[in-house]
Amino acid sequence: MRHGFVLANPGFEAPGPVNFISSGNVLLWKSSFLLLFGGLVVIGFFLATSRRAGVVPNKLQFAGESAYGWVRDSVARDIIGEHDYLRYTPLLVSIFSFVLVNNVFGIVPLLQFAPFSRVSFAYGMAIMIWVIYNGVGIARHGFVKYLKVQTVPAGVPAIILPLMVPLEFLSNIIVRPITLSLRLFANMFAGHLLLILFATGGSYLLFHAEGPFTVPAGILSFVMGILVGFLECVVIVLQAYVFTLLTATYISGALAAEH
Amino acid sequence: MASGTGTLNMVGYGLSAIGPGIGIGLIFAAYINGTARQPEMQSRLQPIAILGFALAEALAIIGIALAFAL
Repeated sequence: MRHGFVLANPGFEAPGPVNFISSGNVLLWKSSFLLLFGGLVVIGFFLATSRRAGVVPNKLQFAGESAYGWVRDSVARDIIGEHDYLRYTPLLVSIFSFVLVNNVFGIVPLLQFAPFSRVSFAYGMAIMIWVIYNGVGIARHGFVKYLKVQTVPAGVPAIILPLMVPLEFLSNIIVRPITLSLRLFANMFAGHLLLILFATGGSYLLFHAEGPFTVPAGILSFVMGILVGFLECVVIVLQAYVFTLLTATYISGALAAEH
Repeated sequence: MASGTGTLNMVGYGLSAIGPGIGIGLIFAAYINGTARQPEMQSRLQPIAILGFALAEALAIIGIALAFAL
């Protein structure tokens, strides 16, 4: 990221979306390597915790099993239901841990970049989930009946169906992947932008600006930056949880019996 | 006050974020109320509250995307 302009320019230039865009190929930049690294961390964690698994769990196994068990009990079973949840638990655990680890990269010193603050990676995740939940629904119901499950709401008088069916189609098939990806992206992006803003603004106010109140304002800016950092910690976990929860909701909606 | 040039996109986005803000406030107010009245329902209410929060937040997210795109 280009922060040098703060030193070079006489005035302060607020950071913007340009700070997130690399020059050159996106696939050969920090974010894609971090994404790969995140995948390896997740695979390594679950391999390490499930290796030498015993009836009486050791410490590592307990950590892995409680992560798995939490997603299974509080997301998969509650949302998808007793009948089908075990089939989709591995998927949900992978999604949750992958998104969580990648978001945590945003506040790890030296890494300091959440790959999902580049919208293309969030699009990739959302396309994958779109294919999965539609595929699951078509496999369960067949194509025509699946469309009926997704677009014809139960208990609606026939006279307003022409209005409801296009709306339901739009909301359940088209808008879902867009909001799913943009939610993750926008939260990561906005949080990171706030951190950059308070850090660069604070350093500018402390060391470069001239005026009576610049030093207290700079200190306040750094304090706000630290507080926003704590807020980021909450948002990181919450967004990973919301992403998993929505995936489970979409799968459960696709699996739902005829209304 | 310094004068400057720029777009009003961010002002518009700030205005549009009021709606989801109120909505998210109402959702968590209802969640807190429900939990205070029946603490044993907390685990049932939590996914519903988070889901409602995510759906209300979608409006703010569409707003931020359009604020940068337009």
